[in-house]
Amino acid sequence: MTTQRDTTEVRDEPGGAEAPSGFDEIHILWISEGMSCDGDTVSLTAADQPSLEDVVLGLIPGLPKVHLVNKVLSPSLGGEDFLAPYRAAARGELTPFLLVIEGSVPNQNVIKGDGYWTSFGNDPETGEPQPLNWWIDQLAPKAWAVVAAGTCAAYGGIHAMAGNPTGCMGLADYLGWDYRSQGGLPVVNVPGCPIQPENFMETLIWVLQHAAGAAPPPPLDHMLRPQWLFGKTVHEGCDRGAYYEQGDFGLDYNSPKCLVKTGCWGPVVNCNVPKRGWMAGIGGCPNVGGICIGCTMPGFPDTFMPFMDEPPGGTLSSLVIKPYGAVIRRLRGLTNDMVNHEPRWRHNKRKLTSGYDPHWRA
Amino acid sequence: MTTTESRPTARKPAQLVDMSWDPITRIIGNLGIYTKIDFANREVVECHSTSSLFRGYSVFMKGKDPRDAGFITSRICGICGDNHTTCSNYAQQMAYGVKPPKLAEHITNLGEAAEYMFDHTLFQDNLVFVDFCEAMVKATNPGVLARAERTAAPRGDVHGYRTVADIMKAFNPFEGEVYKEALKISRVTREMFCLMEGRHVHPSTMYPGGVGTMPQPNTFTDYLSRLMRVIDFVKKAVAMNDDVFDFFYEALPGYEEVGRRRVLLGCWGAWQNPDVVDYRYATMNEWGRAMYVTPGIVVDGELVTNNLIDINLGLRIMLGSSYYEDWVNEQPFVTHDPLGNPVDMRHPWNQTTVPVPQKRDFDGKYSWVMSPRWYHPETGQHLALDTGGGPLARLWSTALSALVDTPYVKATGDSVRISLPKGEKLPETTLEWRIPKWSNTIERDRARPYFVAYAAAMALQFLEEAMGMLHSGDTKVFENFEVPDESIGCGFHEAVRGVLSHHLVIRDKKIANYHPYPPTPWNASPRDIYGTPGPYEDAVQGQPIFEENGPDDFKGVDIMRTVRSFDPCLPCGVHMYMGKGRTLSTVHSPTYGANHG
Repeated sequence: MTTQRDTTEVRDEPGGAEAPSGFDEIHILWISEGMSCDGDTVSLTAADQPSLEDVVLGLIPGLPKVHLVNKVLSPSLGGEDFLAPYRAAARGELTPFLLVIEGSVPNQNVIKGDGYWTSFGNDPETGEPQPLNWWIDQLAPKAWAVVAAGTCAAYGGIHAMAGNPTGCMGLADYLGWDYRSQGGLPVVNVPGCPIQPENFMETLIWVLQHAAGAAPPPPLDHMLRPQWLFGKTVHEGCDRGAYYEQGDFGLDYNSPKCLVKTGCWGPVVNCNVPKRGWMAGIGGCPNVGGICIGCTMPGFPDTFMPFMDEPPGGTLSSLVIKPYGAVIRRLRGLTNDMVNHEPRWRHNKRKLTSGYDPHWRA
Repeated sequence: MTTTESRPTARKPAQLVDMSWDPITRIIGNLGIYTKIDFANREVVECHSTSSLFRGYSVFMKGKDPRDAGFITSRICGICGDNHTTCSNYAQQMAYGVKPPKLAEHITNLGEAAEYMFDHTLFQDNLVFVDFCEAMVKATNPGVLARAERTAAPRGDVHGYRTVADIMKAFNPFEGEVYKEALKISRVTREMFCLMEGRHVHPSTMYPGGVGTMPQPNTFTDYLSRLMRVIDFVKKAVAMNDDVFDFFYEALPGYEEVGRRRVLLGCWGAWQNPDVVDYRYATMNEWGRAMYVTPGIVVDGELVTNNLIDINLGLRIMLGSSYYEDWVNEQPFVTHDPLGNPVDMRHPWNQTTVPVPQKRDFDGKYSWVMSPRWYHPETGQHLALDTGGGPLARLWSTALSALVDTPYVKATGDSVRISLPKGEKLPETTLEWRIPKWSNTIERDRARPYFVAYAAAMALQFLEEAMGMLHSGDTKVFENFEVPDESIGCGFHEAVRGVLSHHLVIRDKKIANYHPYPPTPWNASPRDIYGTPGPYEDAVQGQPIFEENGPDDFKGVDIMRTVRSFDPCLPCGVHMYMGKGRTLSTVHSPTYGANHG
């Protein structure tokens, strides 16, 4: 199968090449007050290569000095003290900064009259909750780069499923897919529900190296994902892929074999988790017995539901592979049987039968 | 129903100041706290709590395949999503009439044990303890820090720190030794989690009917070796916490009143006993009591009930200050439970969620959180139970019930004894958590490291049993099932920060109604229709202020300690507000070196 692999060539776009960079210091203003579960922030604390504390403490050479502002980790007591850098950035008094959005972006326009779906601090004028959308409107045009952490922020995710009352969407849906930051970058999407810790950290490091003037912008695909992370499918990196090729499918979750028949969407999902594992190479999804539910994808979750049923395409492809797989499996069985025998000359009889001949000449 | 007694001191004329913190940091989700503080008498006069996020899970799950519920509800919470998946699978197993193989229960229990260890460690050492670290105490109570520098740490032989101030320094954010070690430990425990449940925080290998985790020898040995690597850290954490908390009582007489409320604790039980559980509603009391954390409701120190059926039937979801339409005139989904007991219209099974976004009005509607209460049949009261942040209620209910009796954990009636094996440096250790005198901020926080020890000890037992099954060749982890046309189910579990229940109604093989009740709606609820404040509001309201700063450079650390002691987890935030329109002398938002340079 093929997946689309177009690229957004940032370098050739207006503002891409001559946009300011080469910063010694940069703020990361992280807002998890999208419609989120904060799972992407929590996932980030699991990263170890490098770890968040390595980045914050300046232990990674070649990066600007990073000031991370994140609600979950902030030593501040909260309130206006915590909001000070965000307010400064909204007034245009804090540059450069990287804006990270976590969570789906709600549609405030579907609310008739007052109210909000999600807010971040208060409007100082009225004392009413300040909707997240106001912050995005203020900060996105001023940000040197904008990163969407997780599938909710990238494409809408779980909260944007059919029947949702909030009309929520991804950040690029909200800002426009042609949005460009002060640094000339489109929204950088790191999907995953939640983000795979190192996937996010690697992307962040690349963006920071670019901010330091030490690297070109990160290569993104047509859905604005890092190409090197999302360019392959789950299936292409899965431990259980060989079972598929041999037409050997698990029929329930007790099986160590391919899970396509029990709901796995791995063959058509862009994600590197089975290859990479979840933490330090441990865990993952189909490689450890968890069906791929497509959580990194723009079509998540609706196109993949109900999760535990065989994907429609799986029926056909597994039917086609079955006769080939059955033949191959049997032939391999024969060869496997052969290579499971030791050669005849390994014995402790009185005669050497290995073909040893010290005077042999070709 | 505010229950903190005011201290018998001569009242001075009130000097009221409006104080708010929005958003609250170092928690999960959006929470703001709005208070009125009387600086003349140094106490909090009033408090409201509000949440500022609505996503609508119970709305968009209608009509979906019920088997998807565990995958979807995990996304409610980004730190304990697996608790939701587990709880959802419990509810589905009841609805489908399926019992997973025993090994699947052990694997689930091991995953949840790792989650408790990870989550409590990250929260306590990297989020809560910043409020008790040297940098913070220096900024709020310099006198206390000076005293800590002169105070020898009684348990230094275990944790290795000479003075209490040395412990506090070790918790300074991003720089302190323990702060950094805790981040690393939280990764090791998450690796343990991933061995059992695939991914953190939204697990991949959990299904109704069992798990997909491959029970290979290394699945368990990889977990065991990591567990033994962190066991000494767990012992040290308990000792360090005890030293700091004992010191606070001693250095600030009266600190027990901070965050104190009436003992109204709820615990829904954790870790099924695979030999007893069958997920049938009719036998729920029996298998509930066999759980390795005993469910229970504790009122004024007395155990009211251990019965999950009573607990279930007493649930009432109240409105009053929340942005929703009432559903009382809708059709009920469930009029009677499977045993024929009547089910109330305000029970989650019968709830219909109709969001009404609107202005925030602290005299009217001010929160996206509803107000869960438990109907107490003896008094006819709707109790605003809290979870004590999770561990306090779990340990209290387990200790009182005296039902848990395992090789590593024993409940005695007034305490819980936890035995941990020899580690790299520290010998075999038996810890004893005793029922405290108060349900307050310090005791909520103190219980947390004890529960990490509890989880580590239980994990050892689950490992032994799982490996025994593996060695005997019993490796089945999944049981097939059919989704019935019509059914109901409920799941009871402990999320990391306390009670969690999922309530499911199936019609035509689809979800007709689904309502999850996590701990935070219980703890963070606003005033209900009867005017009863939620636990945060109640605990903060009337609490004394010990911070040495005046109104101009006030940080509010005592209030923040109280709120954080409940382990807020609000991907459906909370705000608190004080005030009924009285004229105030000052309006001020505390700052903590607010700058952006």
